[in-house]
Amino acid sequence: MAKTRLIVVGNGMVGQRFLEELCEKGNPAAFDITVFCAEPRVAYDRVHLSSYFSHHTDEDLSLVKPGFFEKYGISVLVGEAVKQIDTAQKQVHSNKGKILPYDKLVMATGSYPWVPPIAGSAHHECFVYRTIEDLNAIESAAKQGKSGVVIGGGLLGLEAAGALKALGLDTHVVEYAPVLMAEQLDRMGGEMLRRKINSLGVSVHTSRNTVNIAMHGGRTGLHRLNFADGSTLDTDVIVFSTGIRPQDTLARYSGLFVSERGGIVINDQCVTSNPDIYAIGECASWHGQYFGLVAPGYKMAQVAADHLLGRKELNFTGADMSAKLKLLGVSVGSIGDAHGRTPGSRNYIFQDDQAGIYKKIVVSPDGTKLIGAVLVGDVDDYGQLLQMKLNDLPVPEHPDTLILPSYAGAKPAMGVDALPASAVICSCFDVSKQRIADAVAAGCHTVAAIKAETGAGTGCGGCVPLIAQVLNAELAKQGFEVKNHLCEHFPHSRQELFHLVKVGGLRTFGEVLARHGHGYGCEVCKPTVGSILATVHNDYILKPEHTPLQDTNDVFLGNMQKDGTYSVIPRMAGGEVTPEGLMTVAQVAKDFQLYTKITGAQRIGLFGAHKGDLPEIWRRLIDAGFETGQAYGKSLRMVKTCVGSTWCRFGVQDSVGLGVELEHRYKGIRTPHKMKFGVSGCTRECAEAQGKDVGIIASDAGWNLFVGGNGGMKPRHADLLASDLDHDTLLRYLDRFLMFYASTADKLQRTATWLESLDGGIDYLREVIVDDRLGLGAQLEADMMEVRAKYECEWKATVEDTSQHARFAHFINSPAHDPNVAFVPAREQHRPASPAERKIIPIKPVETV
Amino acid sequence: MWTTVCELKAIVPGTGVCALVGDAQIAIFRPHADDTVYAIANIDPFAEASVLSRGLICEHQGELWVASPLKKQRFRLRDGLCLENRDYSVASYAVRVSDGRIEVQS
Repeated sequence: MAKTRLIVVGNGMVGQRFLEELCEKGNPAAFDITVFCAEPRVAYDRVHLSSYFSHHTDEDLSLVKPGFFEKYGISVLVGEAVKQIDTAQKQVHSNKGKILPYDKLVMATGSYPWVPPIAGSAHHECFVYRTIEDLNAIESAAKQGKSGVVIGGGLLGLEAAGALKALGLDTHVVEYAPVLMAEQLDRMGGEMLRRKINSLGVSVHTSRNTVNIAMHGGRTGLHRLNFADGSTLDTDVIVFSTGIRPQDTLARYSGLFVSERGGIVINDQCVTSNPDIYAIGECASWHGQYFGLVAPGYKMAQVAADHLLGRKELNFTGADMSAKLKLLGVSVGSIGDAHGRTPGSRNYIFQDDQAGIYKKIVVSPDGTKLIGAVLVGDVDDYGQLLQMKLNDLPVPEHPDTLILPSYAGAKPAMGVDALPASAVICSCFDVSKQRIADAVAAGCHTVAAIKAETGAGTGCGGCVPLIAQVLNAELAKQGFEVKNHLCEHFPHSRQELFHLVKVGGLRTFGEVLARHGHGYGCEVCKPTVGSILATVHNDYILKPEHTPLQDTNDVFLGNMQKDGTYSVIPRMAGGEVTPEGLMTVAQVAKDFQLYTKITGAQRIGLFGAHKGDLPEIWRRLIDAGFETGQAYGKSLRMVKTCVGSTWCRFGVQDSVGLGVELEHRYKGIRTPHKMKFGVSGCTRECAEAQGKDVGIIASDAGWNLFVGGNGGMKPRHADLLASDLDHDTLLRYLDRFLMFYASTADKLQRTATWLESLDGGIDYLREVIVDDRLGLGAQLEADMMEVRAKYECEWKATVEDTSQHARFAHFINSPAHDPNVAFVPAREQHRPASPAERKIIPIKPVETV
Repeated sequence: MWTTVCELKAIVPGTGVCALVGDAQIAIFRPHADDTVYAIANIDPFAEASVLSRGLICEHQGELWVASPLKKQRFRLRDGLCLENRDYSVASYAVRVSDGRIEVQS
């Protein structure tokens, strides 16, 4: 049978989704597919476009799975557009002169940003915000400027404003309507959002009608915006975000019916006025309406693919326009009839000006159903409210209890059990509760596994908490016990033990074991309790009662290498080292034959030290003014810094100075896992601070604090906790953050995974650290002060306490070195001999006593 | 032949030391503050490095083991059995405390 020749015009999010639906669920062998992709790159995630500025690679945003096109033999014409569809001959003409025949054709041309026709708006230096090319243009303009304005205070406009802010511009938002996000928010919600955004340093100007733009006519900025009320605003960068229009030009030229308001007319099966042509996504108009969200587009992709495959039962029936997003760090949710326009509907409102929270629910006139909601500043209830609306679940007797804070009393927990099996949990990928339950039954026992299996939660991510709830409920049903006990000796989690140790004033492993555990202990609980005791009390870790708890690294204060030798890494705070210090390090390395290398942490590592030599090596380093770098400990390793404003011609703050101060402030404090900090002196971010547990980046107005980043095995970009902090506030937040992490994280849990495991994530953390919602701030700061006061250099204490030195000898009964340690030359230095090499290297006979 | 290695009090309770007996490196452990001691080979058979005496003493299945400081494989103190892979078990040695001193048989 001849293959159906299928042409897909457009490779955006919806076009790509259509291909996946068709190929992965249908029979790709039945089709010969050609895709026109007018942009210079294949489908990428426009929803998370602004993350391009932080991640900065288009691969991260790509939506095309590696090898996808090859696997299904799809021919993709990148950078090539269709300029005409000849519906009579059933062929398309491309802008590069190609003529291709088709049997079926799918239009997925998306939308274009609409820019109001005011004087100046067509200038090439007025930008829009839709493609990666737009972003590149904005970024290069931002490098020349200091200020930027987004015209349009809708969802996308605020997203763009966030990008300008991230680029370091003094950012303004100009909105014609009296409220921000007028589509999704009511007046009070919009007002709350405006206040929060203002407090983040973005100036919001509402009810401003821009009448013209004087390009290159500004005084304090490059350009000048003139408003109808006579006021003006000078700015260097202008971005328009004043709405989108369906990209239906090709359809018009090709004779397809186009709706009055724009958009290619489609029926419930996404078929256009031509029976062989479909239209999906933002370019399509269904019942006179077009949809600027991705979820309805995905639904259309599914409907069109099914129809093309001959499965005709699925229809497009409109879309739920509910949305949950985070704009400039502010969480916002909007569900259904957010404005309460349904006649006779009842509103319930909760507002907390101090915390910056506004919540409203709209209930049907008879008080039985939820029909809408607005959430600003706290969207924890979003998932539950949305399910309630979508599934027509009964509203509790007092509907206001749904949005009251939890301290107001028990919240009516809907629980996932209340949801019908057909309830759509993930609307981006149309995944039902039943589908997730099936995946759990089939062996997916983590959220990550469910994501991979069903696709749920991989779109906007708003349903992830709900997926976790379904997962836990299903696991519980199957009889799995969700346990977080430390090990067989302690029926407690690390977090619980931390509090038991602190509250009980326990000081030794023996006491902790006697009070809260049983048995002897093991390689899991001993170091964990050792670390907890060290965090809480910061005693010398090599007191005889603590020594047996420590991993060998802590027992001998060095990192054990593969051959049983140790590394020696003195602290070089912020990466600073004097020439005299370098000379001492060099001499020590030479005298003890140590392999020398700059480590990944901006300091010098000496490797291959015999255990027995460690006290003498460190005595010499300490005499020269060095101290331990804790390169072996689960504690702050170092603060990586760029050169900063003291030398660098771009730097805006003294990053080295701050890095040195932070390293000395937090050195030696034991944490659940090692920690790395970074401080960058400007937005160029040369210290790669966003890949660190704590990253601090200078802004014109102070410091931006990022937390939860990680390099290593599973890289993660840090999240912004607070912006434009002055020095003292920064230290206060850091004290709180570190103590909160140390007291609540699981064993060996880095901040990145800890943050991801926190219910509520970065928003919750911000409430605890910045807003002090739990009232813990003062205590955390006091705890940190107490621990800091007890810092001493462990190596100094060990060098001075000569009774410790005997422990370092390799043999208890001989002064000989370990005869199993041998080296071979490598690149003008040496490396450990492999066991095989060792056998052929003559080993000096061991002297005996 | 019993060889005297060191005084019992030279070992911090809960830790181990390494002794040289003839050509052999022997790890001696003192799990408690009393005079219970164990002796097994000091060489980690996975990495072929002399490190077992520096491992953490741990309890599993009601018995005492040492976890290698390199990659945490566990070896039973009383006989050197490797919990993860019995093919990698290590030798054990008879050991006793006499007059406050530790003696190993080799």
